[in-house]
Amino acid sequence: MEKNWPLWEIFVRSKNGLEHRHFGSLHAADAEMALENARDVYTRRSEGVSIWVVESKNITASNPENNGELFEPAQDKIYRHPTFYTLPDEIKHM
Amino acid sequence: MSEAQLKDLEEIFEQRIANDEKIEPKDWMPEKYRKTHIRQISQHAHSEIVGMLPEGNWITRAPSLRRKVALLAKVQDEAGHGLYLYSACETLGISRDELYDQLHSGKAKYSSIFNYPTITWADMGAIGWLVDGAAIINQVPLCNTSYGPYARAMIRVCKEESFHQRQGFEIMMSLCNGTEVQKQMAQDALNRWWWPSLMMLGPVDAESVHTEQSMKWKLKRKTNDELRQQFIDQTVPQADILGITVPDPDLKWNEETGHYDFGEIDWDEFWQVVKGHGPCNKERMNARVGAWEEGTWVRDAAMAYAEKQQNKKENQAKAV
Repeated sequence: MEKNWPLWEIFVRSKNGLEHRHFGSLHAADAEMALENARDVYTRRSEGVSIWVVESKNITASNPENNGELFEPAQDKIYRHPTFYTLPDEIKHM
Repeated sequence: MSEAQLKDLEEIFEQRIANDEKIEPKDWMPEKYRKTHIRQISQHAHSEIVGMLPEGNWITRAPSLRRKVALLAKVQDEAGHGLYLYSACETLGISRDELYDQLHSGKAKYSSIFNYPTITWADMGAIGWLVDGAAIINQVPLCNTSYGPYARAMIRVCKEESFHQRQGFEIMMSLCNGTEVQKQMAQDALNRWWWPSLMMLGPVDAESVHTEQSMKWKLKRKTNDELRQQFIDQTVPQADILGITVPDPDLKWNEETGHYDFGEIDWDEFWQVVKGHGPCNKERMNARVGAWEEGTWVRDAAMAYAEKQQNKKENQAKAV
């Protein structure tokens, strides 16, 4: 074979009102075939009403090794949460 | 990386698994974890793909349209399961092509049960009932395994698998309620598939080389012997309902243990089949490799067409 079919990531919206969720991946020659294959591979039992396909090489992912500098700064910013603020007991809902 | 650093990383890693954290593709993992997972997930994927062959044998000869659509849907599910698993496996940094190479060259194994022939229609019933039954017992604990993509693929597989077993049992049920000849056909299928199904759950614990490590990584949550006992305990009463006899003279309910005692498994046969000397090893591999090779021109044509369409789009964009 000259060239392998590229890898595509498949996102499916299971029903209107919900977001597309990553379901898995598959190989296909082009986007149209990726959509058709995704229909057969991931929605054989009405699991979806909408499909996105993205060629895997177009996804940029964060590296877990950098999780420290990426995500830890959020941990000491407790003032971003409502419970940081004190209210008198009389106030029931705020 | 120094040896001490590596050891630290390994300790943190083992701790994460012990805490029931999931491992995701880009996380650091020990090389052995990666390799073991590639081996197990790919074996599993190969089994789904080769598993289509014995059943494909009967699609054109299914006795009714109802049976035919069910069998077609089941075989299509198996293709799907193979694809979920291959894609989970590829997240570990191995390509689909390498995985296929390993299968086609015989380097990778698949479940040896698929090296037995399907000689009567009752075999479709017995496979669904027994082989898929054993597979479910093997697979349900894997929905909780430590490697995220594998666990997610298994959840999808397990959801779809129970239809497979039920359609198999229904086939057995119809045959057992049918003519004497049909009932004999069902009994004969049980006779031939019973022992290979027990072997499917793997070598006895004392001889299983991977069990200890796999338990630690939650790649396995119960030992082979525990799974086998569970399979026997749940299946024997089902055979009673069908009114056919499990081909094991030593099979007996043990009041004390609350389990069935069962006879000696012929492990020589198991190892013979694993080593490639089963009744259909060659036939299965020829069918699989043949399908792949004869499909080359289709894959190439699809790729050429995709490139042509892409070029056309780019040229049109330039012209505007």
